[in-house]
Amino acid sequence: MKPLLIAAGLALALLPIWALESFHLFQLTLAVIMALAVLGLNIVTGYNGQISLGHGAFFAVGAYATAIPMSLLDWSFWATLPVSAIVCGVVGWGVGFPALRLGGLYLALTTFALAVAVPQILKHKAVEAWTGGVQGLFLLKPEAPAWLALSPDQYMYLVALLVAGLCYLLTANLLRGRIGRAMMAVRDNPTAAEAMGMDLASLKTRTFAVSAIITGMAGSLSAAVVEFVAPDSFTFILSISLFVGMVVGGVGSILGSVFGGLFVLFVPNLAEAISRSAPGVIYGAILILFLFILPDGVAGLVRRFTTKKRIIPGRETS
Amino acid sequence: MSTTRRTILIASGATLATPNIAPAQEAPGVTATEIRIGSTNSLSGPASAYSVISTCLTAMFRRLNDEGGVAGRRINFTVYDDAYSPPRTLEQTRRLVEQDRVAFLFNQLGTPTNNAVHRYVNQRRVPHLFLATGADKWANPREFPWTIGWQPSYRVEAQIYAKHILETRPNARIALLYQNDDFGRDYLNGVRDVLGPRFDSMVRTATNEATDPTVDSQIVQLQASGADVLVCGVIPRFAAQAIRRVHEIGWRPMMFMTNVSVSVGAVMEPAGKERGVGLITSDYRKDQSDPAWANDPGMNEWRGFMQRFVPGGDLTDNNFTYGYGVGTTMIQVLRQCGNDFSRENVMRQAANIAPMDVATLLPGIKVQTQPNNFNVIRQMQLQRWDGSGWVRFGNVIEGANV
Repeated sequence: MKPLLIAAGLALALLPIWALESFHLFQLTLAVIMALAVLGLNIVTGYNGQISLGHGAFFAVGAYATAIPMSLLDWSFWATLPVSAIVCGVVGWGVGFPALRLGGLYLALTTFALAVAVPQILKHKAVEAWTGGVQGLFLLKPEAPAWLALSPDQYMYLVALLVAGLCYLLTANLLRGRIGRAMMAVRDNPTAAEAMGMDLASLKTRTFAVSAIITGMAGSLSAAVVEFVAPDSFTFILSISLFVGMVVGGVGSILGSVFGGLFVLFVPNLAEAISRSAPGVIYGAILILFLFILPDGVAGLVRRFTTKKRIIPGRETS
Repeated sequence: MSTTRRTILIASGATLATPNIAPAQEAPGVTATEIRIGSTNSLSGPASAYSVISTCLTAMFRRLNDEGGVAGRRINFTVYDDAYSPPRTLEQTRRLVEQDRVAFLFNQLGTPTNNAVHRYVNQRRVPHLFLATGADKWANPREFPWTIGWQPSYRVEAQIYAKHILETRPNARIALLYQNDDFGRDYLNGVRDVLGPRFDSMVRTATNEATDPTVDSQIVQLQASGADVLVCGVIPRFAAQAIRRVHEIGWRPMMFMTNVSVSVGAVMEPAGKERGVGLITSDYRKDQSDPAWANDPGMNEWRGFMQRFVPGGDLTDNNFTYGYGVGTTMIQVLRQCGNDFSRENVMRQAANIAPMDVATLLPGIKVQTQPNNFNVIRQMQLQRWDGSGWVRFGNVIEGANV
């Protein structure tokens, strides 16, 4: 059953390369990227219980970590990925430290401050020579090798799918194991976790680092797909949409992050298609509807259908 | 020999005639009854105050359609929201070009947003016309032949100030205060364009950061250079400070202020109305609150349009006079196209607008383009603060052709 499911999933993921025309493929590429960014956020907020409203900042750092070497030093896209991972990991780890002292809402506001600050820091004159200031940086997306015979859009989708798929696989592996259980233990009951001998400080900062790396990878991909980065691309709205995507998709769910990414990209378009004059209202209504009908996110719905009802002895089934 | 010449003549005649035979059906976004035009604007997000420009343009195309359209075709104008986010602009632009298959793009809003699609539209050879941004980079027909701006750029404005300085004080010692970003540097570039090799001997510069608390020390430093002319390319907060400081230290230079920082409420009143007497700035639009235009035929045409097609519109919002001007330019280009709305011809016509007057622009200021000059509006008129309002003076001045 399982290998069959995996094969079906893989086929479903690859099908759009031939089935969709270039604009829709481009949109889907962006959705894959958003899904990856939401996954990053889900690691730290969903699995580790640390609320972050600032993941747009890591997205931006990842995007610039790819754009600067590609645009100014003519690096290939693939070579920038490790650099981006290291930079984002270090930044995420650094942000993890205040997180040790601040919990819940205070942490949310601290990370939010980060999201507000990053676009302005990118414009600062000390880094302007590198970031291009307000004007941003232009780069060229990687070209498909000749033997693949794919158009740039098809190739970019494949690249995004590959990077995102790898990140999803690694994350799933991480969360299923010992470390994943430790993360969740810290989320559910930090005191008990500490009593069991877990090093809270190191666990929390490292979780932040991993989360930042994953969201940073999404940023790197986005820079390559859009072929342009500017501070205005990474306003705090981005952080909020990632958060919305995570909640709608399903907090603490890997599969939910995929739905979150689709929501982030397609629902604003849907809202605009319904009403040109008040898309914000429609967006809000759709969001509320989602939260009412699917309180555990899309992933919760999937779970409800796939898991069998457990009957606990001595309790009425509801 | 004569047969050959005749053959060539016939052949070239045929070539010249082809565009008018029946290419319209072939052109993307154009059918026998419709021309599709696309745009993006910030309908939501930080810059949504500009969305009224789209409201105005939509109403103008509705009026055009009511009057029978262009060459028997109705205009179908689609505006998508990009929330002023560059990646979203690219997404929406690709949707317009690839999915909605518009003939061309018109008046997309914003500098970073247009940056994100600049290369895409030029690679795809889609006309990217009359953008709603004041950056200078859109007037570069050699490298980006499919993109063209509309309003005078900051650089053109600075060129105009420099020309006026050379005319009235040929031996001026110029002090230039500019903000250390793309906006401010356009003023540096514009002054340099006009002065050329004389720049280094005539000009002393000082810069400020948008995050600085004041520009007081820069003003004192510039005064100490012995300058008798001061040009300021700064945002409103610093403009008010500069006017006040210059007055306080008793410096009386011929002072120019960027026209983004001359609002009466935000700059002149905080600085002190009497302190700013003699300050010079520039404009290209008619100010609808100026009583001089109360019975102006052009402004009456605009008011009539607003009454009929945008009945709820705020008549004091100058985005509507802007929209009317840029819409008029677009309609002129469509009329010039004849029956050929191919992308090549639309771009050719957009690059060949003979100097024309526009209802909401100051008298003497023309909308015009040439294939090698994409500065659509390159003239402005100076105006001087008299203690209570702005008074226009002198002739319309044209920026340098560089």
